[in-house]
Amino acid sequence: MNSNTPLLEMKGVEKHFGGVRAIDNFDLRVMPRDIYGLIGPNGAGKTTIFNTITGIYQADAGQIFFEGKDITKIRPHEAAAIGIARTFQNIRLFGNLSVKMNVIIACNIRGGYTMAEALLRLPRYRKVSKETEERAMKFLDSVGLTDKADDIASSLPYGHQRKLEIARAMATDPKLLLLDEPAAGMNEEESLDLVDFVKKLHRDNPITILMIEHHMDVVSRLCEQCTVLDFGKTLAQGTVEEVKQNEAVIAAYLGGEL
Amino acid sequence: MINSFYEGIIVTCCVNIIAVLGMSVLTGFTRLFSFGNAGFMAIGAYTAAICSVQFHLPFALSILIGSAAAGIVAYLLGSLTIRLRGDYFLISCLGFGECVRVLFLYLRDITGGAVGYTGIPFRTTWIVALVCAIAAFIIAWNLIHSRFGQAFSAIRENEVAAAANGIDVVKYKKMSFVFSAIFAGWAGGLYAHYLQHITPVLFNLPKSCELVITTVLGGLGSLSGSVLGTLVVQLLPEFFRKFSEYRMLAYGIAVVLVILLRPSGLMGYKEFPDLFKKTGKKKSTGGA
Ligand SMILES: Nc1ncnc2c1ncn2[C@@H]1O[C@H](COP(=O)(O)OP(=O)(O)OP(=O)(O)O)[C@@H](O)[C@H]1O
Ligand SMILES: [Mg+2]
Repeated sequence: MNSNTPLLEMKGVEKHFGGVRAIDNFDLRVMPRDIYGLIGPNGAGKTTIFNTITGIYQADAGQIFFEGKDITKIRPHEAAAIGIARTFQNIRLFGNLSVKMNVIIACNIRGGYTMAEALLRLPRYRKVSKETEERAMKFLDSVGLTDKADDIASSLPYGHQRKLEIARAMATDPKLLLLDEPAAGMNEEESLDLVDFVKKLHRDNPITILMIEHHMDVVSRLCEQCTVLDFGKTLAQGTVEEVKQNEAVIAAYLGGEL
Repeated sequence: MINSFYEGIIVTCCVNIIAVLGMSVLTGFTRLFSFGNAGFMAIGAYTAAICSVQFHLPFALSILIGSAAAGIVAYLLGSLTIRLRGDYFLISCLGFGECVRVLFLYLRDITGGAVGYTGIPFRTTWIVALVCAIAAFIIAWNLIHSRFGQAFSAIRENEVAAAANGIDVVKYKKMSFVFSAIFAGWAGGLYAHYLQHITPVLFNLPKSCELVITTVLGGLGSLSGSVLGTLVVQLLPEFFRKFSEYRMLAYGIAVVLVILLRPSGLMGYKEFPDLFKKTGKKKSTGGA
């Protein structure tokens, strides 16, 4: 793999639901270390793209490559194992578990001990468990949730739940992080905080980010490249400034947010 | 040292604790419902009994083989059914449990049919039963607090998120199912070596229901709750012998009440030590 290989590449990917073409002949190239934006009105097919990348849906046509390897038919847990982590538009935490446990479960992706070692509480099990807990606390620290570690996840306020979900995704040690509308439901000030947070995340970790976002100000502050979708079709692709000038894009938004 | 009445109560409680701990891992921690675990008890009981009587194997080895047999059958059954949606899985387990019972009824040459299988040596003293129950609790506890049990809890909380965080949902569900069957088989083997005479009707559908009810009553996501639930379900009828015919009715009413008044059961998501902690911050033990 040379430096020109995209980290993630989608070629002619399609996904249909009955008569609905949720994504239609979709192409995407995300280079290592990019922060790439995916924009489009409601129902455009953005979340469906995430679901096909992570194996929740199987693409009806086309191919998906990750680090040059074909992952079109991957299963969700395998996607996580090769380094694709994600958050969900409608937050999906392990609600009844503690904040810390949410992250520990993601850290467990490393394995580290066998069932027999666990059942007999052998030294390796105890050592790895302790390390895992420390690692989890480190991730909580990075999102500022250290003092909430023992709280029940579902009891956190909305903004903290979003951050916890990101911490959990980071705990799987990803190369590619997919963020589905991380600023949804946030006001101006909170979304600016989020921009700083994502920038810091990207600076401190060797990750590539693909994010879905409605807030144009968030996208223009974070992403160099972006793709605009409407009704499953790609309207425009390029830098945020280029895309903003695109007539098809302006028409799709009817002069709205853009 | 201890009279046979009390020995009976202790053995019955301990045997049921083992079977319910298995259910607890499956239902309370992985949120899979099985109305067929009495079938696994039957497999454990008959296999262990045959090992003891026919092949003169040592008691511990017979029990081990009985549990392993239950686990292997669960693995095969799970490979077929674990991908089914929750309610279909539940029905398939129910069907399986009944199949096992009817099969043992008809395999007269091997199992003695409806008359039962007799001549099993008495080996499960109250001490053996107690030691086994404690060992079962420790094993279940260690499992639940390991990455395996934590994966079960993650599946219970949100399957999609569990998979997105690297958990092979099908594999771990199957693991949980096999674990519950091994515990059921263990309980069955012990019970056979207490009763000395077993019949298929001991392991019928009401028995499977009792295991589920006990687990729900004790509280989902709590091993100590499962122990408490078992003690309540097994001991109360002893005190109200006259009403033992209404046992299932009482269970039914109890479950409806629990679901209405306290859906998480007596100890839902809490273990005994949590009860003595300061209640300022709620803390979860679902694999904590
Ligand atoms: N599982 C499904 N079954 C049927 N239709 C679906 C399914 N998932 C998505 N769709 C349809 O596919 C289309 C694209 O949906 P998707 O969720 O990808 O949109 P989106 O761009 O993420 O929108 P939003 O901004 O509202 O999140 C919609 O018409 C939606 O109804
Ligand atoms: Mg969406």
